[in-house]
Amino acid sequence: MKLNKLILSFISALAILLSTSVVSFAKVVGDKIVLGAAISLTGKYSSNGVHTQNGYNLAVERINDMGGVKVGGKTYKFDIIYYDDESNPKRAAQLAERLISQDGVEFMLGPYSSGLTKAIAPVTEKYGVPMVEANGASRSLFTKGYKYLFAVLAPANLYLDVAIDLAVEKNNGKPVTVAMAFEQDAFSQDVRLGVLDAIKRTGSKKVIDDKLPKELNDMAATLVKVKQMKPDVLVVSGHTKGALTAIRQIAEMKVDVPMLAMTHCDAAKLSKQHGKNSQYALCASQWHKSLTYKDKFFGTGKKYAKDFEKKFDYDPPYQSAESSAALLVFKDAFERANSFDKKKVRDALAATNMQTFYGNIKFAPGGQNVDKPMVLFQVMCDGSGKCENKVVAPTKWASAKLIHPIPKWSER
Amino acid sequence: MDFMVFQYPMITVQACLDGLLLGILFALIAYGMALQWGVMNIINIAQGDLVILGGYIAYFMYLYGIHPAWGVIVSPIIMYFVGVGIYKLVINKVVDRDLFISILATFGISILFMQLMNFAFGADVVLANSGYGTTMLFDNNVTLPNSKIFSAFVSIVFAICLVIYMKKSKLGRAIRATAQNARAAKILGVDTEKVYAATFGINAALCGVAGALISITFTIHPYMGLPYTIRSFMIVIVAGLGNLPGVAMSGMGLGVFEEFADYILGTEFRIGSVFLLLVLILVYRRFKLSRKREYLK
Repeated sequence: MKLNKLILSFISALAILLSTSVVSFAKVVGDKIVLGAAISLTGKYSSNGVHTQNGYNLAVERINDMGGVKVGGKTYKFDIIYYDDESNPKRAAQLAERLISQDGVEFMLGPYSSGLTKAIAPVTEKYGVPMVEANGASRSLFTKGYKYLFAVLAPANLYLDVAIDLAVEKNNGKPVTVAMAFEQDAFSQDVRLGVLDAIKRTGSKKVIDDKLPKELNDMAATLVKVKQMKPDVLVVSGHTKGALTAIRQIAEMKVDVPMLAMTHCDAAKLSKQHGKNSQYALCASQWHKSLTYKDKFFGTGKKYAKDFEKKFDYDPPYQSAESSAALLVFKDAFERANSFDKKKVRDALAATNMQTFYGNIKFAPGGQNVDKPMVLFQVMCDGSGKCENKVVAPTKWASAKLIHPIPKWSER
Repeated sequence: MDFMVFQYPMITVQACLDGLLLGILFALIAYGMALQWGVMNIINIAQGDLVILGGYIAYFMYLYGIHPAWGVIVSPIIMYFVGVGIYKLVINKVVDRDLFISILATFGISILFMQLMNFAFGADVVLANSGYGTTMLFDNNVTLPNSKIFSAFVSIVFAICLVIYMKKSKLGRAIRATAQNARAAKILGVDTEKVYAATFGINAALCGVAGALISITFTIHPYMGLPYTIRSFMIVIVAGLGNLPGVAMSGMGLGVFEEFADYILGTEFRIGSVFLLLVLILVYRRFKLSRKREYLK
């Protein structure tokens, strides 16, 4: 009995000691600004989680090397506390709570994916902690009236509406018929809403509107319908699974469609996994290294891609680029606020208006970035079967001309 | 609801053929499940995860420049030993226990496998390209990917080999004897421990074949195993244990059912409809059983 009590008191003493030492981590320690992030390092989002983390780390390193953040005449360096959210929204919310109330973090970086950002946003909002996120594009994040949430990326509903506009333009301004296949998750359904808006705006007609299940690996039925209805555009969004399955089965079933627009092509490494079969696919992307935006930290997109590859040994997907941009936004806001007061930093973030290598950044009242259009690239292959993604829309950024309509399979 | 599938005869034909080819593949996985369920009275929740693991073996061969079709040979050999390993580590401790305990144990194995595969192979969706091309029928109105035809063909070959093996070989006879009455088999000198290990190994090998075929026809992802478990569970329930023609028929039936559900209810209900069918069949079985009991009273 006595021994038990002794052990108990020892443990509680240890706990108190630990908790006090943890609190001293707080937001700004010495010359360090400590940011917190819950990131999917394991679980189903782990590959994109790592892209996100690499993006954050590269930017932290670069900003610190180039003089850090100047606030109140003093120079500070960025530091990030990471936790692994296991790709699980509940865990992510718990970790956000822990970062804020135990680790004393007062500024947060976003997790990977819309679903996890949705889980964290109420927590950061409750504590009034500004969060700059780079990987949650779902429209519903920006309609809830969150005051402390800022997203450097364009919302999901803008991903593919450009494609419909492009198809109408190629059809001499006349309405087109559209076949749609979207996975049933927050992000893809938002992309769908954007496409529906575009269909309405252009007076076009949807002929197929399929929803794909989460466990999707067969969309033959949808494609048979596409063959029968012969739409002008086929739009597919179902993360990497959707992109890979669509390309495989379109090639196998010889489905001829004049325009094929998708999301997640670069994340799915389409041109690598499918080679020539992926040719002519149009893909929505937040960023492409050939865009000509610039900043003083990373230079151009091409330079960023080179630096990134040198450090991490692979070509940066847009998930990394946007994550790096989030840090640039934070630095800019701290310096303009000239303070570490959460409220002041939040107001400075809301007034952001800058250009980064990733694109222009300016936040709408809902928190989404309204100053950066999506780009569409097309997979193009040369004779030897080497495929590359080339930006074809919007015209201002285009590095190649759109190939339209897609040649029939019998002629390839 | 959309009845397009019946309005165009070509779509009906396409749906039936797609369903049949798919169903044959399901039947192969289900046959493995029926085998070890019958012999060891274990419902293997990790069945789908073994399939996915088999798929990864073929995928890695593809990655190293070997044609993934060879996975059909290599994958079952590796998977056989994986199966025997699982048996030696876990299953032999639960084999005589309650069904509930074995379900829990295999459920645990399933979670472990998912996480290990995610850890080892990453969370990306992957596939292996066979480059087999397409067969066109009826003036190009019906298209059958050759990879699907190949996988159905391989499944049939493996099923036939297995049936012959079970009938003719010594181990096959021992397996069947153990399934009928483990105690009697033991008394008559059958090493049931060895039989159990071999059965679990054969089941895992069949999953390996199926996985290799799935990697060249569909896609592979660490978390995609469960639908395959549910499908094979359902096929076995409908067909009963130790009934190979039944397994084949109900496998193909399920494949066609899924295709039609996809067209009529929409793709989003494709897997949902399988779950629904499972519930309906279980309720129906229960109902039939309770009627019989009343009669006996």
